[in-house]
Amino acid sequence: MYESQSWWHELWIARETLWEGFQTSVACSALAIVCGTLIGIVAGLVLTYGKFWMRAPFRLYVDLIRGTPVFVLVLACFYMAPALGWQISAFQAGALGLTLFCGSHVAEIVRGSMQAIPRGQMEASKAIGLTFHQALGYVLLPQALRQILPTWVNSSTEIVKASTLLSVIGVAELLLSTQQVIARTFMTLEFYLFAGFLFFIINYSIELLGRHIEKRVALP
Amino acid sequence: MTTDSQALLSIRGLHKQYGKLEVLKGVDLDMQRGNVVTLIGSSGSGKTTLLRCVNLLEEFQGGQITLDGESIGYSEVNGKRVRHPEKVIAQHRAMTGMAFQQFNLFPHLTALQNVTLGLLKVKKLPKDQAVALAEKWLERVGLLERRNHFPGQLSGGQQQRVAIARAIAMNPSLMLFDEVTSALDPELVGEVLAVIKGLAEEGMTMLLVTHEMRFAFEVSDKIVFMNQGRIEEQGPPKELFERPQSPRLAEFLKNTRF
Repeated sequence: MYESQSWWHELWIARETLWEGFQTSVACSALAIVCGTLIGIVAGLVLTYGKFWMRAPFRLYVDLIRGTPVFVLVLACFYMAPALGWQISAFQAGALGLTLFCGSHVAEIVRGSMQAIPRGQMEASKAIGLTFHQALGYVLLPQALRQILPTWVNSSTEIVKASTLLSVIGVAELLLSTQQVIARTFMTLEFYLFAGFLFFIINYSIELLGRHIEKRVALP
Repeated sequence: MTTDSQALLSIRGLHKQYGKLEVLKGVDLDMQRGNVVTLIGSSGSGKTTLLRCVNLLEEFQGGQITLDGESIGYSEVNGKRVRHPEKVIAQHRAMTGMAFQQFNLFPHLTALQNVTLGLLKVKKLPKDQAVALAEKWLERVGLLERRNHFPGQLSGGQQQRVAIARAIAMNPSLMLFDEVTSALDPELVGEVLAVIKGLAEEGMTMLLVTHEMRFAFEVSDKIVFMNQGRIEEQGPPKELFERPQSPRLAEFLKNTRF
């Protein structure tokens, strides 16, 4: 019979499995946050300034995705991509789902903050002869991005938490890795707590980073 | 028409409406180089709208604005009125400078950066030239030592002076001032008006909207009284203020503090 060892001992044995899971969680979250933010900024700008025919597809995207549970989204990407003839790995499907989710949220955050900028900012930009794109790049976006920072940090931590759903489609991220270790050791409470602690570390780091950036770009 | 070809700014039959509401009902106005023209009138008379049409912050539906020989906003193509491409409009806007009631400084940029932005991105000046020019104008408005302050660290009067420096550093052929002292505390009005007065004395062509009647009287070559979307009366300040022809202007002046 398997002799039960101390938790520290089991942790040492499981270190590589957990480390890989941790890395996978960070990787898919980071990928989704970066790509989703870029998509979200573009979508948010189109929703703010686009003509109706440009806004319509983005509006559909944002409303559809925001109205769908992330879990459903991840499953949909996993099962629908191959059905549509697109061969992607479980990791890619999961990251895609999270990206779409992140993008839809960032889009609304960006739209809100763009609309909150006083109209005079665009007018003053135009008055000195900046083109629309220059006004966006040099005047409006720098202000809007400052504003969205706290909300964006919040969305990012949501993505990290949602990345655990990738365990369902067989991506060995931190939660699934933990479950594999538990299946071997039966140390349920200990390893779940440990996994929770690691997720906390990831999200707390994001929050610290966010606060640091906020301080650096804060306006007097 | 020789006078027209010499005019720096020529407005002909300007019509502007918001939906069904007609706010400019055919305005004609000429300005020569070096002129200072002030638009007065009660709120809703269309004076600010007229000013904003000149740099196309407002679209207009009829008439023509010509600035330094360039048709502003629209051109006739095969008898059809076509809006200029965005790039041309941006170039035309750079020909005028504008100062706003709410200053509209860019809050994320320092005073210096506010002034250099247009010089770098629109005029495409090299950085050292842009900075030198910006510093020259900040000094001119008395704020050189505040060049690294952000708008949030400046008083209203200081912000407005930076905003004027930002506009004027672009070397516009016409400056537009839209009620630039209306949002200021009374004790800060003087410093801003002094800057504008100095510019007028140096021969800057300026079109102003203001409620400061004494200032308008002192600084203007011509006062234009607007009423319900039309120019009701215009003339030299002394004439206009002392012998108003139209009963509406007489009424307006009676109710205005000097």
